[in-house]
Amino acid sequence: MTIQRTIGEKLFDSLNVLLMVLLIIITLYPLWHVLNASLSDSNRLMAHSGLLLLPDGFNLDSYKLVLSNPSILSGYRNTLVIVVLGTALNLLFTILGAYTLSRKSFMLRNPIMLAIVFTMFFNGGIIPTYLLINNTLHLGNNLLALIVPGLVSSYNLIIMRTAFQGISESLLESARIDGAGEMRILWRIVVPLSMPVIAVMILFYGVGHWNSWFSAILYIRDRDLYPLQLVLREILIQNSTDSMTTSAAMGDKEAIGESVKYATVMVATLPILFIYPFLQKYFVKGVMIGAIKE
Amino acid sequence: MALPVVLYFLVFKYLPMYGAVIAFKEYTVGKGIWGSEWVGLQHFQDFFQSYYFWRVLKNTLILSFYQLLFGFPAPILLALLLNELRHEIFKRTVQTVSYIPHFISLVVICGMVVDFSSRDGLFNSIITFFGGESSALLSEPGNFRTIYTASSIWQELGFSTIIYLAALSGINPELYDASKVDGASRIRRVWHITLPGIIPMIVILLILRIGGLMEIGFEKVILLYNPNVYDTADVISTFVYRKGISESAEFSYTTAVGLFQSLVNFILLIGANRLSKAVSDNKLF
Repeated sequence: MTIQRTIGEKLFDSLNVLLMVLLIIITLYPLWHVLNASLSDSNRLMAHSGLLLLPDGFNLDSYKLVLSNPSILSGYRNTLVIVVLGTALNLLFTILGAYTLSRKSFMLRNPIMLAIVFTMFFNGGIIPTYLLINNTLHLGNNLLALIVPGLVSSYNLIIMRTAFQGISESLLESARIDGAGEMRILWRIVVPLSMPVIAVMILFYGVGHWNSWFSAILYIRDRDLYPLQLVLREILIQNSTDSMTTSAAMGDKEAIGESVKYATVMVATLPILFIYPFLQKYFVKGVMIGAIKE
Repeated sequence: MALPVVLYFLVFKYLPMYGAVIAFKEYTVGKGIWGSEWVGLQHFQDFFQSYYFWRVLKNTLILSFYQLLFGFPAPILLALLLNELRHEIFKRTVQTVSYIPHFISLVVICGMVVDFSSRDGLFNSIITFFGGESSALLSEPGNFRTIYTASSIWQELGFSTIIYLAALSGINPELYDASKVDGASRIRRVWHITLPGIIPMIVILLILRIGGLMEIGFEKVILLYNPNVYDTADVISTFVYRKGISESAEFSYTTAVGLFQSLVNFILLIGANRLSKAVSDNKLF
């Protein structure tokens, strides 16, 4: 059955499409601008004003400077350690907690769950947390300070628990009759059956570690231990590109500094943009799982 | 097996709550939490009477309110518009593109905003193209809230839409067919079927938002602000960070300020939940 579209509807459809095209341009243009600026000749970039639709005089000098900068390299290395080690520990703890809390036979299930949910709405604040980690546990200036305080996110724990609860109880029961212990059931049955949601957790935790910078400001003092985002903050926000442009003459310094900033943005963002298409289906699924309430 | 997780929550979530008693003490690192002397509500009084109290409270609430007023409805509107697109591939393209900014780190986003806002940056090029005056946009207090809110919407619009699209996909398509037979116009279908379909989701997210009204994304404020714009940009959490950690170490005083913030948040959350239970039957807990 088809119903005729009125003129009003056709007009609305066209306007809607136009609006969406505009949205795409507004979303992508800033990134396109940065890409072009990073590839431009630094002196011509200085003189340029307005939109960049293509690079202005192509050269890769700023990329060479960025990629040979020791802070960027050590930042990448530290971030990689934090992402890999941090995400692995996040997963281990979240899985263990979510599995136990998903078992109906676990007596303390409800009180513990309540205590965990409570922390989502009330916390001691940043000063007591800072004092605990820095002065009591002495984790200052240690990469562990960026990993351990965030081992389990309550939100992710709830998502994981909901997924585990969806696994048929009779399946687990029959494994128990065959003599499998809880650990065996968890790692041989529950985890393999939950791979999609585990992928989502890897994504959420991993992106979180990759992007995080504030805890590093609080706890890391040694420049060698700076994660990538802190290095980026120095270059992009505090405007210090000196370490990379020392060899340049005074007048060129400013010009090179500008294109170095753009190249830095690209170097920090490209890895994410490259893996993005592979991630997309997972995070869409993840948010949807998160949206389902018990 | 739950033991490590319980321990984690005890140490990293509940110990700081206990540590917050230093808000009522004169804490010094040497004496420790227990050894320090009680001063009652002294720090709270000091804060309420200080020049900063109204400034940070006002800025926090206004910035949050901006986020609520403009940032909250935007993804709902986008979800509704996406839902009306007829061309499936085009629809998916728009979605894919709109998610991208969410995955770019906050530091990089703010770096771009700072750069674009500079005197010879992109924004000023556009302003002068339309005949305006170029200026250092981020050093003027009057611009901070607009730049903060607009860039947040730019970054999160697409990603926040996912949850509403999920809710939309759960609406029974037979409802639409039936209404078409009854001759309902497209506007009426949106009003009577689509919107009611996502109302519960809207209410839940709204309650959560109100519960976080005092907790404006301060990491972003720290990245974007500078002393020139403290008048409109300084919020409670950035004030706590500066006075407690980065510039001075007034631990007890700033803990009191932070506690005040948490408490107001908690009260707002419970209030919003009550209100929503009363008017719409939707509730968070």
